[in-house]
Amino acid sequence: MDFLNAIVALSNYVIVPGIAYGSQLALGALGVTLIYGILRFSNFAHGDTMAFGAMVTILVTWWMQSVGISLGPLPTALLALPFGILATMALLLATDRLVYRFYREQKAKPVILVIVSMGVMFIMNGLVRFIIGPNDQKFLDGERFIISAREFKALTGLKEGLAIKTTQGLTVVTAVVVVILLFWFLNRTRTGKSMRAYSDNEDLALLSGINPERVVMYTWLIVAALATIAGTLYGLDKTFKPFTYFQLLLPIFASAIVGGLGNPLGAIAGGFVIAFSEVTITYAWKKVARYLLPENLEPDSLVQLLSTDYKFAVSFVILLIVLLFKPTGLFKGKSV
Amino acid sequence: MSEPFLIGDAMTGGYGKGPDILHDCTIAVDKGEIAVIVGPNGAGKSTAMKAVFGMLNMRSGAVRLDGEDISTLSPQDRVVKGMGFVPQNQNIFTSLTVEENLEMGAFIRRDDFSDTMTQVYDLFPILKDKRLQPAGELSGGQRQQVAVGRALMTQPKVLMLDEPTAGVSPIVMDELFDRIIEVARSGIPILMVEQNARQALEIADKGYVLVQGRNAFSGTGQELLNDPDVRKSFLGG
Repeated sequence: MDFLNAIVALSNYVIVPGIAYGSQLALGALGVTLIYGILRFSNFAHGDTMAFGAMVTILVTWWMQSVGISLGPLPTALLALPFGILATMALLLATDRLVYRFYREQKAKPVILVIVSMGVMFIMNGLVRFIIGPNDQKFLDGERFIISAREFKALTGLKEGLAIKTTQGLTVVTAVVVVILLFWFLNRTRTGKSMRAYSDNEDLALLSGINPERVVMYTWLIVAALATIAGTLYGLDKTFKPFTYFQLLLPIFASAIVGGLGNPLGAIAGGFVIAFSEVTITYAWKKVARYLLPENLEPDSLVQLLSTDYKFAVSFVILLIVLLFKPTGLFKGKSV
Repeated sequence: MSEPFLIGDAMTGGYGKGPDILHDCTIAVDKGEIAVIVGPNGAGKSTAMKAVFGMLNMRSGAVRLDGEDISTLSPQDRVVKGMGFVPQNQNIFTSLTVEENLEMGAFIRRDDFSDTMTQVYDLFPILKDKRLQPAGELSGGQRQQVAVGRALMTQPKVLMLDEPTAGVSPIVMDELFDRIIEVARSGIPILMVEQNARQALEIADKGYVLVQGRNAFSGTGQELLNDPDVRKSFLGG
């Protein structure tokens, strides 16, 4: 019984949140890795792109809530999501037209594009704060739990409860669907294959008649969809605050690099590696330990390796360790 | 005398704003022929090939394909015009499967290219066995076959190969040459740059020896092989 309680406690505090957080990071890292693979720079504006997409989704959600449109038990934000994606696509295409294309024509070095993307990041950041404000915003509605801790306890008779939030379930399901669609697109369609070809060998892609401007356009469109979905899911699951999206950039980059930059499969793996290391290292293990260890060995302290304030440090320690042993990431990515 | 099918006529030029590498260099290939460019290291063999394909700033001279002046066209447009080019390095998509490499070769075609793919597989049977494998996992000789196969997917009117046998073993080299002859027999003229001058001239209908960006000798493959000067300076006696 103690063993079961330990597993339930572990699931409740580590595994379920870890999977949800990992899915969000994976979706974010997929966007970063696609940009890196195809446009060949690290896009620092990605976190704020996610914030922008989530913001538009929130505004449309509020409007839908005000006129009484709802999805029943599911969050209304799901209905608003396509509008967020469209707006983000427009924003990214406009940014590309106004900013990135200029540097592409100059054949600017990747490091210049990185700095340019930082400028874009600050502008997007300001835009989002200007429109929706810097504060926390709530837009979650519908059923809160798939199963709440109390229901779980009544159902199983265990002392520990397992709560699964609707948003957590939704995050995982959406992430799986999105990843399947993305891989189908990249591996099965002519356009998707031409994007992989362009990422693999730019010169040969040109010789084969692949139009780089089209490849770039499709990349931005896909990245806009990924960023908006990731941003909205994160906002639903936690809360929406522009600054947290800026901070999210760090674990997202860590995920993409750990997995191997430019490799979509690596981005997903990296997302989960980073999410689980963050969650396990900042989790107070006292509860689980109490169930598993004999009474006289019970810990007095919380058995928390690091305070949650340091969670971003965890991503970077993992990043350093992986890069020391596998410089191109867990999956073979591009070496810079 | 009618003009050859593809001719780089009196080409002079270099890369970007750099010094001229080619000086009044002429290279041509006619239908049903294999033309080979040989010469010492740094003679401008690959450069001459790139000039014909439009990857070089030409200061004077012209490139004509089937009588049409294509000197001002970009490489991509020359592909559309019917030129197939296999670069020396990085000539395949390593992370794509063999079949995807061929599909990308046919990217500009909107018609059904399955027949062409069957022809490529007939020409290079090993590729059919490995068609679902990433091209980067193949051996050097097999990669070259993928590279040539990719270029053949556009059904080019002329095929240009830049050192197709670079870095492969002598046995594989012989096999590649056999395949190249086969392609030529199917009616596609071939212009190629080769390091292995003797073997290349043996299969060549026409040979060009370049020295310092200039035509030093030209003639049929046999003529060059028998020419004492060419033998002494380039073929090791």
